[in-house]
Amino acid sequence: MLNFSLPKLEIGEAIEWLVRWIIANLSVIFDVIKNILNSITGALNDGLLAIPTIILIIIFALGVWLLTSKTTALLSFTGLVLIWNIGLWPQMISTLVLVVVSVVIALLIGIPTGILMTRSSKLETAMRPVLDFMQTMPPFVYLIPAVMLFGIGVVPGLFATIIFAVPPPVRLTYLGITQVPEDMKEMAVAFGASDRQVLRKVELPLSLPSIMTGVNQCIMLGISMVVIASMIGAGGLGAEVMRAVNRLDLAHGFESGLAIVVLAIVLDRVSRNIGSGKTTPAGRIIEYLKKHRKAKLESRVSQI
Amino acid sequence: MTAKIEAKNLVKIYGNNTGEALELFNQGYSRSEILKQTGLTLGVAGANFEVAEGEIFVLIGLSGSGKSTLLRCINGLLMPTSGSLLVDGNAVEKMGGKELRRLRGERISMVFQHFAILPNRNIIDNVAFGLELRGVEREARWAEASEALDSVGLGDWKNKMPQELSGGMKQRVGLARALVMESDILLMDEPFGALDALIRAEMQEELLTLQREIKKTVVFVTHDLDEALRLGDRIAIMRDGAIEQIGTADEILAEPANEYVEQFLTGIDVSKILDAASISKWPRELVRDSESVSVALHRMKKTDTDYLFVTGQRRKLVGMITRDDLLPLSKKRQTSFKDVIREANTIPGDTIMRDVFPELRHSERALAVVDENGRFLGVITHNTLVESLDERKGGDGIAEL
Ligand SMILES: Nc1ncnc2c1ncn2[C@@H]1O[C@H](COP(=O)(O)OP(=O)(O)OP(=O)(O)O)[C@@H](O)[C@H]1O
Ligand SMILES: [Mg+2]
Repeated sequence: MLNFSLPKLEIGEAIEWLVRWIIANLSVIFDVIKNILNSITGALNDGLLAIPTIILIIIFALGVWLLTSKTTALLSFTGLVLIWNIGLWPQMISTLVLVVVSVVIALLIGIPTGILMTRSSKLETAMRPVLDFMQTMPPFVYLIPAVMLFGIGVVPGLFATIIFAVPPPVRLTYLGITQVPEDMKEMAVAFGASDRQVLRKVELPLSLPSIMTGVNQCIMLGISMVVIASMIGAGGLGAEVMRAVNRLDLAHGFESGLAIVVLAIVLDRVSRNIGSGKTTPAGRIIEYLKKHRKAKLESRVSQI
Repeated sequence: MTAKIEAKNLVKIYGNNTGEALELFNQGYSRSEILKQTGLTLGVAGANFEVAEGEIFVLIGLSGSGKSTLLRCINGLLMPTSGSLLVDGNAVEKMGGKELRRLRGERISMVFQHFAILPNRNIIDNVAFGLELRGVEREARWAEASEALDSVGLGDWKNKMPQELSGGMKQRVGLARALVMESDILLMDEPFGALDALIRAEMQEELLTLQREIKKTVVFVTHDLDEALRLGDRIAIMRDGAIEQIGTADEILAEPANEYVEQFLTGIDVSKILDAASISKWPRELVRDSESVSVALHRMKKTDTDYLFVTGQRRKLVGMITRDDLLPLSKKRQTSFKDVIREANTIPGDTIMRDVFPELRHSERALAVVDENGRFLGVITHNTLVESLDERKGGDGIAEL
């Protein structure tokens, strides 16, 4: 019988070596990033907590009303009051800040990447396996390099969340743009549009629903990751859940979980409604202003 | 004076690495041979034409004949593989990106078959789209777009969304969007193709009225012969990427350059609907197989022909006889011609017109049309096609010109 052993491929070690090399040589950069992110999240947190809770809740509800509808706004209001009532308001704010900051960064990376993929088929073929990898790798794994690079705290949580949440906006931006009908693009080119104008005036507006689905998924993944990120000290509602698990405190665990659910529902409804083409109070206001201006313009034209 | 638009030996082959295909084309290989050998489609096969300022130039041809391809070479949406396309004497294929964008944004506007109206913008912003790309201020472009919409009769629809408009209205929007650019060349790719007959006729009328006022240079693609004849100052007939003939409607109708054009003029629409039986005519004379040589010769003389179809019982086609075969019999005072009956060129009555053409071309004499039982239904001569078309038109269409 043949019996020889293949040497083990040192893939994991290679990655570890890479991360260690980065830490050894580029730690300055990571310190800078860390400081910037820390101060941004800190400032947002402090700022939001400085506003009296009830006023902030009303502001949030109003915002939800503008972007969705009355019922969703009422629902959000009730949910937020509930969170306040169970005493998880500061934790909710810190989770919200974490989600918002990581989603914004994920979108700033994801949407341009998706756009670039539509321009270069090489990049597209290269990105495909990377995205698959990012989406199927268990999210806990991201915590390890995050901690190695940034230590314990909010910033590694952000880092892991961003990596986890970035694939949907990339994919859906790419998908949306590639689905824009060829004749619309041709029309724009025939009217003298540059590549940039085709992108801005045709491709992006027409793929907005798809891109917004990507944004929505990004937010949802962000929220789920924030809970996991609490394991490395990101704080917020996730940390409350972890504490409850460690103490087998069902009541507290349920309450913290409920708060996360409320936050998730509010963010989901709002992000889902933007770009879905449904009329919203904000949309109606904009429409009204536009009409008003057009009417004024027309009367001026007819006077001439 | 130089022509407004001029194509010189313009060849367009789709795909990359067109070198080999172009070589084959230059050696005179046909489109299908080039496709077979290289896998590349020859879109335009050496087009030469000039369009004068203020003229409506129509490109017509069957589907796939390269009309759209040729049209898209004019504003550089497609670049010629070889040859040249000049607009106001400047070669489009030599222009850089900036120049091309200026050409498209200021001097040439296009109207599309399927409207290509942006669904996320209301009507006025769709019409103002080109001006927006040009960087015109919002108020100025709305004022101009609004004027253009008035001119196509859509003044009340400015703030509607495209979904709320009918096909005819959408095409007016497309027209307004092109007109507002005030460019002097208008490219129209089957602009009325998606409209029903009535609205189509209306739009054609409007285009002509408009053209009388604005006098643009228009290149108009269609596959409808009536439309081409009605609108075109000059018409180019395309086939397999090549231009078969260019001329005014009268010139083309009076003197088709070749058989293809002739068939195209007579058969284009009719050929899809009519079959051999419906266009066949009863011949002026026939002869029954029981009749005599002298009767047959008499009838030939009377109708000034040298052959007759022979029928048997129940109008079954037996064949045909020619005068050359009968004359010796007549000398021998033989009465029956049964021995000299030849096989006739027949065609089944349900053959569609398009397939009648090649049959007819290969046959010296008229074709006998028979039903599935071999019964004689009539004849198709080389003249029948033209006559049947004239009858169908009932004097409108062509006569109107
Ligand atoms: N982008 C393309 N890539 C490859 N081949 C193409 C492309 N566009 C058109 N063709 C081919 O070129 C030939 C000419 O096409 P074109 O669209 O110019 O025809 P057309 O005369 O406009 O027909 P239709 O009346 O159907 O619009 C066709 O055989 C078509 O299959
Ligand atoms: Mg076409």
